[in-house]
Amino acid sequence: MTLKVELVSPTQRVWSGEATSVSARTVEGDIGVLTDHSPLFGVLVDGQVVIHGTNGDATEFKVSGGFLSVANNRVSILTESVN
Amino acid sequence: MGAQLRIYRRRMRSVKATKKITKAMELISASRIVKAQQRVAASTPYANELTRAVSAVATYSSTNHPLTTASERPIRAAILIISADRGMAGAYSNNAIKEGEQLAALLRERGLEVKPYLVGRKAVGYYKFRDRQIAGQWTGFSDNPTYENAKEVADALIKAFIADAQTDAAGVDEIHIVFTEFKSMLIQNAMAKRMLPLEVVESDAPAPAGLLPMYEFEPNAGVVLDALLPRYIEARVFNAMLQSAASEHAARRRAMKSATDNADDLIKSLTRLANAARQAEITQEISEIVGGADALASASAGSE
Repeated sequence: MTLKVELVSPTQRVWSGEATSVSARTVEGDIGVLTDHSPLFGVLVDGQVVIHGTNGDATEFKVSGGFLSVANNRVSILTESVN
Repeated sequence: MGAQLRIYRRRMRSVKATKKITKAMELISASRIVKAQQRVAASTPYANELTRAVSAVATYSSTNHPLTTASERPIRAAILIISADRGMAGAYSNNAIKEGEQLAALLRERGLEVKPYLVGRKAVGYYKFRDRQIAGQWTGFSDNPTYENAKEVADALIKAFIADAQTDAAGVDEIHIVFTEFKSMLIQNAMAKRMLPLEVVESDAPAPAGLLPMYEFEPNAGVVLDALLPRYIEARVFNAMLQSAASEHAARRRAMKSATDNADDLIKSLTRLANAARQAEITQEISEIVGGADALASASAGSE
């Protein structure tokens, strides 16, 4: 079982694919998402989003604010800008 | 060369020069449509995800957020009209402005005061010429809008919406948007939509299959809505601007194509006329020579 992850900004789809886990920083603190996580909608603060792909390597993104939504093993990270 | 022929030749030269320009503009627009379409497509995942999120929050939370609840006694409504900066695009800007006028008439019937927010020099020019009040105007990016442009416009709208319309003359109770939907290369429609208070139904996005999941909100639904709605409006404005930009290029390509075709027709008929004039000139010259020779011959015959 894997997570379907999408990291999108207003101008493009930055990253999409399968991953084993995702971690991000919400207004309440750091959060890690594994498979079969309960549906969650969080507000992100400026910080890092790390996506651990199924092939073992981790991809890091610096996002400035945004949202994290998790449901049915689908994770979408919406952010205004990524670098 | 006869005077008539010279006039035809001159007109042909001028039509040919115009044709070169319109042809170049047609080609430029054609290449830009593709780019604009790609930008619309690239912005779609973000807009769709946001729409899903907003629907989920609005459906499952009982929070009474100012952005989702309609005012009981609306006084003012804002209309955002997206038009072009430049002309030469057929009826593109006019259609959007007309659609805006119809919407404004409808709102006035409901007893609302209309506050126009305008994007694009054409709409600004139209309102200025008629000496109407403009609540906000932005120009210079109609054919290639960036997210920052959309943000600027959306910020002004959200600010006006949050201001209490009952007490503040700058506040509005409703926000409508008029833009040109890009359906295909050939079909673009000017349309008006209400942005705020939210009607969380997106017609162009496919409805999410099945029920929306019961989200757990972090930190809570109210804060999430606070953060989500401005982004949602920005994304909607951005999407409308991108679609309008693609429509503008398509409209310009079509207008320039028919201008080029017309120039071709004109050149063809002018060539015919010029040929006829040249032939008439030659015929006249021949008959003059023949006439002259005849006169000389009869004159010399008479003297003998």
